[in-house]
Amino acid sequence: MKFGVVVFPGSNCDHDAYHVVSKSVGQPVDFIWHKETDLSSFDAVIVPGGFSYGDYLRAGALARFSPVMASLKDFAAKGKFVLGICNGFQILCEAGLLPGALRRNAGLHFICKHVNLRVETSNSPFTSGLEPGTVLSMPIAHAEGNFTCDDATYSSLEENGQIIFRYSDEHGNVVETANPNGSRGNIAGISNLDRNVLGMMPHPERACDDLLGSSDGCDIFRSLTQAIEKVQ
Amino acid sequence: MKAKVYVTLKKGVLDPQGKAIHHSAELIGLSQLADIRQGKYFEISFSNGIGEAEAREAAETIGRDMLANPVIEDYRVEIE
Repeated sequence: MKFGVVVFPGSNCDHDAYHVVSKSVGQPVDFIWHKETDLSSFDAVIVPGGFSYGDYLRAGALARFSPVMASLKDFAAKGKFVLGICNGFQILCEAGLLPGALRRNAGLHFICKHVNLRVETSNSPFTSGLEPGTVLSMPIAHAEGNFTCDDATYSSLEENGQIIFRYSDEHGNVVETANPNGSRGNIAGISNLDRNVLGMMPHPERACDDLLGSSDGCDIFRSLTQAIEKVQ
Repeated sequence: MKAKVYVTLKKGVLDPQGKAIHHSAELIGLSQLADIRQGKYFEISFSNGIGEAEAREAAETIGRDMLANPVIEDYRVEIE
């Protein structure tokens, strides 16, 4: 089993993701410079948070054209696992690997705080070890996390169970007051139709040690590890 | 030859930055404003000798594939 962490110019959560995979989950992991195109040695690739290309044009808009992205599309089409976190989620949407777009937060502020997420389904390689309704605590840190899509896309996300996480209160109630950024339907994370690609704005890699206030993020990496073991 | 590309938010897409600008405009006494929407404007200069059709095609390509996100934005090209 091998994880990869893509590094774009401006990525800044790449080392956190690497640390969590190697230390908290205890699996082999390598960095992947964005100009590389051979992903054949990896089972799962993490597209980390940060400010790829300085967020110029739109968050994720320019990273989408990096050489590694064409390979990542093929990688995902083969059913391999892709996890986009924060800027990684923005990049996956811009690249068309996930539907929708991430707009400026409704309140305009950059928000950095712990939030609660309700797990909407365990029918995902990233949440297979979690009961639906479980509430996870982890931080968000973004200015463009306001998930937007048209009505048809939203309906299909709901019908196909592609909404994996919603912002909720600590009891798991999905309420407007728990929505930090104006995201449609309190969406915090979605998957593609084949369920092997997940994008999420909150940072599970920053919540893998009780010393950091929460270790709930580890559940996502553990589920993913089990999913990889299953297909091997 | 030059191309101008205008990128605007689709109708109905929330524009918190436009709203903030609208609010500030009201603070300086402009009370007749119904709405302000923020967009982006790009100027593309071409090498000498390019034809208008070719320039338009290039500007359309960059507008469609890079400058605008089709989920939330529209774009418009002008050649001069």
